[in-house]
Amino acid sequence: MSMNTQGRPTGIGSGGAGGNGSSMLPNEPLLFEIGDREHSGVDLPEVEIVTDRLGGFDRASALDLPGLTEPEAMRHYVRLSRLNHSIDSGMYPLGSCTMKHNPRLNEKMARLPGFADIHPLQPVSTVQGALQLMEELSHWLMTLTGTAAVALSPKAGAHGELCGMMAIKAAHEARGQAHRTVVLVPESAHGTNPATAAFLGYSVKPIPARADGTVDASAVVAALSPDVAAIMLTNPNTCGLFEPQIREIAAAVHEAGAYFYCDGANFNAIMGVVRPGDLGIDAMHINLHKTFSTPHGGGGPGAGPVVLSEALAPFAPVPFVRKAGDGLELVEHPQETALGRITAFHGQMGMYVRALTYMLSHGGDGLAQAARDAVLNANYIRARLADVFSLPFPDYPAMHEVLFDDSFLEGSGVSTLDFAKALIDEGFHPMTMYFPLVVHGAMLIEPTESESRQTLDHFCDVMLDLARSAKAGDKERFTAAPTRAPRRRLDETRAARTPRLTWSPPEDLPQAAE
Amino acid sequence: MRYLPHSDAERADMLALIGGPDADALFSAVPSDLLLRQPPALPAHSPEFSVEARMRALSARNHAAGDGPFFIGAGAYRHHVPATVDHLIQRSEWLTAYTPYQPEISQGTLQMLFEFQTQVANLTGMEVANASLYDGSTATAEAVLMARRLTRRNRILLSGGLHPHYRDVVRTYLGDDDDLICLPASPVGQGDILSRLDDKTAAIVIQTPDFFGHLRDLKAAADAIHAVGGLLIVVVTEVVSLGLLEAPGALGADIVVAEGQSLGNALNFGGPYVGLMATRKSFIRQMPGRLCGETVDAEGQRGFVLTLSTREQHIRREKATSNICTNSGLCALAFTIHLSLLGEAGLVRLARLNHARAGALADALAAIPGVTLLNRTFFNEMTIRIGRPAAPVVEALARRGILAGVPASRLLPGEPEVDDLIILAATELTSSEDIAALSAALAEELK
Repeated sequence: MSMNTQGRPTGIGSGGAGGNGSSMLPNEPLLFEIGDREHSGVDLPEVEIVTDRLGGFDRASALDLPGLTEPEAMRHYVRLSRLNHSIDSGMYPLGSCTMKHNPRLNEKMARLPGFADIHPLQPVSTVQGALQLMEELSHWLMTLTGTAAVALSPKAGAHGELCGMMAIKAAHEARGQAHRTVVLVPESAHGTNPATAAFLGYSVKPIPARADGTVDASAVVAALSPDVAAIMLTNPNTCGLFEPQIREIAAAVHEAGAYFYCDGANFNAIMGVVRPGDLGIDAMHINLHKTFSTPHGGGGPGAGPVVLSEALAPFAPVPFVRKAGDGLELVEHPQETALGRITAFHGQMGMYVRALTYMLSHGGDGLAQAARDAVLNANYIRARLADVFSLPFPDYPAMHEVLFDDSFLEGSGVSTLDFAKALIDEGFHPMTMYFPLVVHGAMLIEPTESESRQTLDHFCDVMLDLARSAKAGDKERFTAAPTRAPRRRLDETRAARTPRLTWSPPEDLPQAAE
Repeated sequence: MRYLPHSDAERADMLALIGGPDADALFSAVPSDLLLRQPPALPAHSPEFSVEARMRALSARNHAAGDGPFFIGAGAYRHHVPATVDHLIQRSEWLTAYTPYQPEISQGTLQMLFEFQTQVANLTGMEVANASLYDGSTATAEAVLMARRLTRRNRILLSGGLHPHYRDVVRTYLGDDDDLICLPASPVGQGDILSRLDDKTAAIVIQTPDFFGHLRDLKAAADAIHAVGGLLIVVVTEVVSLGLLEAPGALGADIVVAEGQSLGNALNFGGPYVGLMATRKSFIRQMPGRLCGETVDAEGQRGFVLTLSTREQHIRREKATSNICTNSGLCALAFTIHLSLLGEAGLVRLARLNHARAGALADALAAIPGVTLLNRTFFNEMTIRIGRPAAPVVEALARRGILAGVPASRLLPGEPEVDDLIILAATELTSSEDIAALSAALAEELK
C-alpha cells in the first residue's frame, strides 16, 4: 500500500498518525495520511486523446500523489498554519533578519494582472509598464545608496553577493588583475560571505574584530596585498555597530587596487540617513525582503538587487533596462556583458512590485524616519536592559540591532539557547542566537521600526523577568522550555543521524535507531 | 506614516530614557559630513489610494496574458491556479513567518516542506528532494556543481535542447571553463551528445520536453552516461508534463531539477518561481539547499526540523556545499497546495488536457501554408518554421492582440538557422477560439 486507500479512515481531525489536538492547537496528520490517489479538489474535463505525440515516453510508474477536495485542503493548510509564529501574530526580534511589518497593499499590487499575468518573454512592446517599474525601482535604490548602477536580477541576498563578487572578479580580469585570489572577510561576517568568496575560488582571509566590536582599519591595511581582490564587510556590522573607520578602510582597499563589497543585510539602519556610495563601497546587495518589507514567506522567496559603483557598473549581469527612442528596451543577451546571466528571465518581478509599493508609501521622508525609528527602538531596548544583561560593546550607540553576550547568565546553568526557548513561552520569537561568532553565547536583538513602545516595553519587561528567574535559580523555566508551544524541543541529532526526508507508508518505517 | 507606530512625543520620551541629546546622537559613529540632514531627493510619503493609482497606471501599460489569445511558454507556463491557493498563501502565518530555524513554533512550515519534498520525490521518481531552490535555472547550475563534487570529475556536457537561459546561467556559475561543453541548439530534437562521452565526463544535462518541445530519450542517455561512470542530470521546465510522461527517476536519472512555476505560481514576468531538486538518497550530503527531516520532540511526538545543516553556509562558512541561504518557501507552498488539490487523478487529467490542446494547436498550425511543424513528439509545446524572420511576425501578431509564442532568435541571437522559428505552447487555458484566431492571423501575416 503506497498510501491510504482503505476508505480514508484517517480523515482530518479524526485522529491519524499524529493525534488530533484541538482546532486552536491542531495536531495535523500528514497529507499522505489523509489524501488518496482518487480524490481531487480541481474539476477538469476528461479528454480523449486520439493520437498522442508522446513518442512512447508515457508514464508507466505510479505517481503516488494524494489529492484533497477543496474543503479538506483548506482545513489542512489552515490547521498547519496555526503551528507557525509570524510577524502578524507576535514580535520577531531576530537580529540581522529585519522582520518588519509586511503591508498588504504590496500584496494587492503584486496581484494586478498587468504585473502577475505577464510573461517574461512577451514582446518588449507589450510590457513597457513593467520595464518602467524596474527603472523606477532602480532609481530609488541608486538614490538611497548613492551609487551609479543596479543589477536587479539576483534572487536573494546570497545570490546578490554572488553577483556582486562575480562583477568584482570580472572587473579584475578585464583589468589584467586576475592574479588577485584573496578576499578579506571580518570574523563577524554572515556565513554567506566566506561561502560566496570560496564559491568563486577565492581564498578567505579572516580579519579579527577589535575589542570594541568594530573592524580595525590598520588590521585591514596590514592584510592588504597585491593578491587581494576585495574585502567583504557588513555595515552596520553584525554586532549592530556602524563601522567608524569605514572611510579609511575603503580608501586603503582602493589604494591597494581591490574592491569594497558591502553586505547590505543591515541597510535598514541607515536608509535615507547615510549613503553607502559616499562611504566608498563598490558593490552592495539589498535584501528587499528585509529592508523593503517584501514577505519572508517562511524562508523565501527573497530578492537581492546589487548596487554598483561607477567602476563596477560595466560588469553588471544581463538583463537590464535601457532607454531606446521614446520607450524602454531590455538588454538580455549575455554577450553584452562580461558577467553574463545569473538567472533565467528578469529576476523577482513580484518582489520589485512589492518593494516599489512600499517605497512610494513611505516616501523618501518616511524611509529615513523608518531607519531612525529602527535605531531608536534598538537603543531603547539596550537602555532598558543594559543594567541586567551583559553588553560586550558599549562604546558606540547600537544601530538597528543590539548585541548581548551570555556572561550575565554565568553560574545560572542557563544557556543562551535555554533563555531563547523560554522567550517562546512568553509569546515572542527567540532573538538570533550564537551569531555573530565574536562573542560568547550571542543574543542579537533587532526590533525593527514596526514595534510600538508598548510592545517594546512588554518585551523588555519579559526579558528582565527571565533574567531575574535565571539568576534566582529557576532553571526549570529555561531547560524545560518551551512548554506552551505546539511542540517541545525537537531531537535534531536524531533527525541528522537517520535522515527521514520523505514520507513512506508505515510498514516501510525503519526501526528507530535508539 | 501609517507603518510607523511612534508619535513625536513618544520618540522624545524614548530618547530621554536612552539619554542622548538628540536623534542624531544615535548616529555618532557615522562621519558627520556624510550624515544626510534632509530626506533623500525622492517623492514624499503617499496615502494608500495614491500609491495604488500609480501602480495601477504602470500595470495598465502592460498587455496581460489574459487579455487575448496567448501561446508563450519557453520555460514559464500560464496555467489556472485555484483560488484556494492564493487565499491560503496570504494567511499571515504562512506569509509573514521566517525561515523555520525554531522548530517548536514553525511546525506548519516544516510539515509543509516535508510534504513538499515527498511530492517532488514522487513526481520525479527520485528518492529524496530538497526544500526548494530559487528557480529552475539556478537549480540546474547547482546540479552541475553537485555532479562535479560527487564524481570528482570536471567535464559537463549541456544538451542543445537545454533552455538557453539555463545554459547561460551554468556558464556564468562555472566561469571560464574548458570542461563545460555546450552543444549547439538543436531545433529538430536531435543531438550527438551521447557520442561525446568519456571517462572524464562528470555529467550530461538533458532537458525534456526540451526547449523546442521535443521529448528526449532519457533511458538511452542514462545507459550511455552510466557506462562511463558519469551522472545524468534531467531538467524539466514544465512540471505538468510529469503527469503524462515517465518519471525521470524511473529512467535512470541521478539528479532531477525542475522549474515548479507551473503549479500554484503566476507568470510574474519571470519571478519569483520555485526550483525543484531531487536525487538519490546516497547523494544527499552533496545536495545544496535546505532539507527538512522528521524527528520527535521531548515528549515523543512526531515533529519536523531543518536537518543536515552541516552542508550549509551558516555552519560551514567557506567549506559549505553552496552559498545558498534561502529557499523559495512561499512559492513552494503554492506548489504543494496546488498539487494537493490536484492529486494524482487531477494532475493526470490536467496533463492530458494540456496535451490535447497542444495537439489541436499543432494540427491547426501545420495546416497553414508556409508553416512547418518541427516536432514529431511534444507535450504542450512545439516549434514551427515559417520561412521568414520570426520576430517581426510575432511583433505584428502582438499588435493584433495575439501573443503568439517566442521567436527562437530572442534567446538564440546571431544563429541564422533559428531565425525563422517560433516556439509555441498550449495549456488548459488555450481555447479553440484562441487557436482559430492565431491560425487566421498567422495565415494572413504569411500571405
